[in-house]
Amino acid sequence: MALTGIDIFKQLPKTNCGDCGVPTCLAFAMKIAAGQAELAGCPHLSEDAASALSEASAPPIRAVTIGVGDDAVKVGGELVLYRHEKTFFNPCVFAAVIDDGMDAATVDGLLKQTNESRFVRVEQDLKAGLVGVKSLSGDTAKFVALIEKVKAATTQPMVLMCGDPAEMEAGLKAAGETAPLIYAATAANYEAMAALALAHKAPLAVCGTGDLDALVDLVKKIMAAGVKDIVLDPGTRNPKDTLERLVYIRRAALNKKVKELGFPIIVFPNEETDDKMMEAVYAGLYVGKYGSVIMLSDLDAARALPLYVLRQNIYTDPQRPMQVKPGIYPIGNPTADSPVLITSNFSLTYFIVSGEVEASRVPAWLCVMDTEGLSVMTSWAAGKFVPEKIVPFIKGVGIEEQVKHRKLVIPGYLATMSGELEDELEGWNVEVGPREAADIPPFLKTWAS
Amino acid sequence: MEVKETYNGKIREATIGLGDTAVTVGGETSLPLYMFEGAAPNKPVIALEVYDTKPEDWPEAAIAPYADVLDDPVKWALKCQDEYKADMICLNLASTNPSTGDRNGADIAPIVKAVADAIKIPLIVYGTANADKDAEVMPKAAEACQGKRALIGPVEEENYKTVAAAALGFDHLAAPHSPIDVNIAKQLNILITQLGLAPERVIIDPTTGALGYGLEYCYSVMERLRLAAMTQNDSMTQMPMINQIGREVWKAKEVKTSEADEPAWGDAETRGVLWEALTATALIMAGSNILVMRHPKAVELTRQFVAALTGATN
Ligand code: SF4
Repeated sequence: MALTGIDIFKQLPKTNCGDCGVPTCLAFAMKIAAGQAELAGCPHLSEDAASALSEASAPPIRAVTIGVGDDAVKVGGELVLYRHEKTFFNPCVFAAVIDDGMDAATVDGLLKQTNESRFVRVEQDLKAGLVGVKSLSGDTAKFVALIEKVKAATTQPMVLMCGDPAEMEAGLKAAGETAPLIYAATAANYEAMAALALAHKAPLAVCGTGDLDALVDLVKKIMAAGVKDIVLDPGTRNPKDTLERLVYIRRAALNKKVKELGFPIIVFPNEETDDKMMEAVYAGLYVGKYGSVIMLSDLDAARALPLYVLRQNIYTDPQRPMQVKPGIYPIGNPTADSPVLITSNFSLTYFIVSGEVEASRVPAWLCVMDTEGLSVMTSWAAGKFVPEKIVPFIKGVGIEEQVKHRKLVIPGYLATMSGELEDELEGWNVEVGPREAADIPPFLKTWAS
Repeated sequence: MEVKETYNGKIREATIGLGDTAVTVGGETSLPLYMFEGAAPNKPVIALEVYDTKPEDWPEAAIAPYADVLDDPVKWALKCQDEYKADMICLNLASTNPSTGDRNGADIAPIVKAVADAIKIPLIVYGTANADKDAEVMPKAAEACQGKRALIGPVEEENYKTVAAAALGFDHLAAPHSPIDVNIAKQLNILITQLGLAPERVIIDPTTGALGYGLEYCYSVMERLRLAAMTQNDSMTQMPMINQIGREVWKAKEVKTSEADEPAWGDAETRGVLWEALTATALIMAGSNILVMRHPKAVELTRQFVAALTGATN
């Protein structure tokens, strides 16, 4: 629950010593409330006050880390029901499930996908995040052998899936101290599973039966046993029921402060259908509606890429638009006689403009200027896409070394600045391009240097 | 667990077409797909795209289902209706775009009439979102399908007096098109209802961004419109919504690129179909009522999704 500045101030020493970097305790309290400072910044805080504040300021949905080292993933920590209210913070992760009943070739194929399912888009590295390892045979030796194989083959953190605590214990030993997600504690085995989670410092998934009140009771017992890092499985296996539970869990955590439900959620679209295309569609549902760990049957590129892009879209901070790196983007092997276009570095503008240039099949140079991620019109209005900025960019970006001609195509919406820009951009002619990106192909097809 | 919401708002019902095959959308009394706390008497419906001229730039996977009908809008529409079981047809007047075909209203009126007369299911007719050109073209198009109670769009702030008036005059519905902006969407609804068009004749077109190409903006604006409709009972947000999905999705780089050119991206048809299905289902989650789509396999996935999320459970 977010505390007010005054709530925090009451707990501070009120000496105004300034050691926190701001002159007064009140100012420091206000910074914490605004999320601009951490409680630890005050060296004089009493232990009681620190624990009272951290308890009270604990996020309504706990952020849980799965795995260790560079490939560890953090899920949960969400603060809102709708992304426009603030943002969705910690992107959900996907995992292909490998089980100990699969033949070696299938296992190898899934491991290869787990390692190679990576795409770079808008300067973000897109990948699944986890790998599922499931005991199907009930044969501990097989489960352990599979875990050892997966551990040797990939650094992606594991989700160990097995209902028998003794077998899970063997699996955890094989996994080493890699903090895999233990799946799962149930009403039947929770004491042993909770003990394993504590002993191996691993997060614990808790599997319900679809009844959320029963899930709350079960989680309560597991929390009482000392487990802090929990992931919830509502237990439903059809998308309609799952959506209902996911919405209720998120609301209960955020609006009703039900702390037993204040954890990230694991979902199983791979168990909700046998059709891999529908599985991907249901996975998409959970990307938008509150899934944090999304289990899949594989990571085939043609299905994984769209899902990763959906996650990227949903988890983009609405207040901070995605940006692409400023610079020259050659499209379709342009030459010294190819057209030169300029646009903003708002990623959406870049994608749409570059897509239309590509569609025209006319090779071109696209100069992407740093407009701090604002669109063409917004950045123009904010004084960031104006002649004073464009001139040094064009002169400095190196386009003059690439082309023989000196014709610059500007977005049609900026027609009013063409005269001024031409005066200031020495040696260049300024051409007004189309207002709409969709009209770029016909424009380029008739363009002549 | 007492976390059910009660809503004081409701989406209006709007009916497109006349007679037995008319389609009604809207009527929801909760947020989209939240069947556990409201009613959704009418499921989201799918309109298949038909173009007035043969498309030039479609990737192979999108061409294949229509290869035999692409140069005949009437046959194309009938194939969508009879073979792919479209709920509606959306006739796109792409050839009127001034920078490509630049055909005028008189040129396309016979095509609109031929398609309208050939199909039994309801018709949507869309211009090119060039406000001046649409102001000339769309009244002719609206006249050509008079008597069909079609949906005419897009209606822009710059041309609503002409285009929405034509929808009103020829007894159709109108789709006001706003640039991913809640306030402009509301404002445009106010303007066209003041013109005399009943709110039940209005379907909001909030501007569609495809997956990877602005989907998140579209998603959040639609979510905000739906929240305003349900929780604030804001009358000018309580219209059903339409999304032009097919044409946005199938120009995305990740959809147009062949597997030969990008082996790491996998099978092009699977990728394109899922790109379209995920765009459609995400927008259903945000509140879409009419999804204008292209690939029959993406349509099928979207239908199954709707059935699974709104049907009875075991
Ligand atoms: S360091 Fe602590 S005691 Fe000193 S001014 Fe800052 S908040 Fe107050």
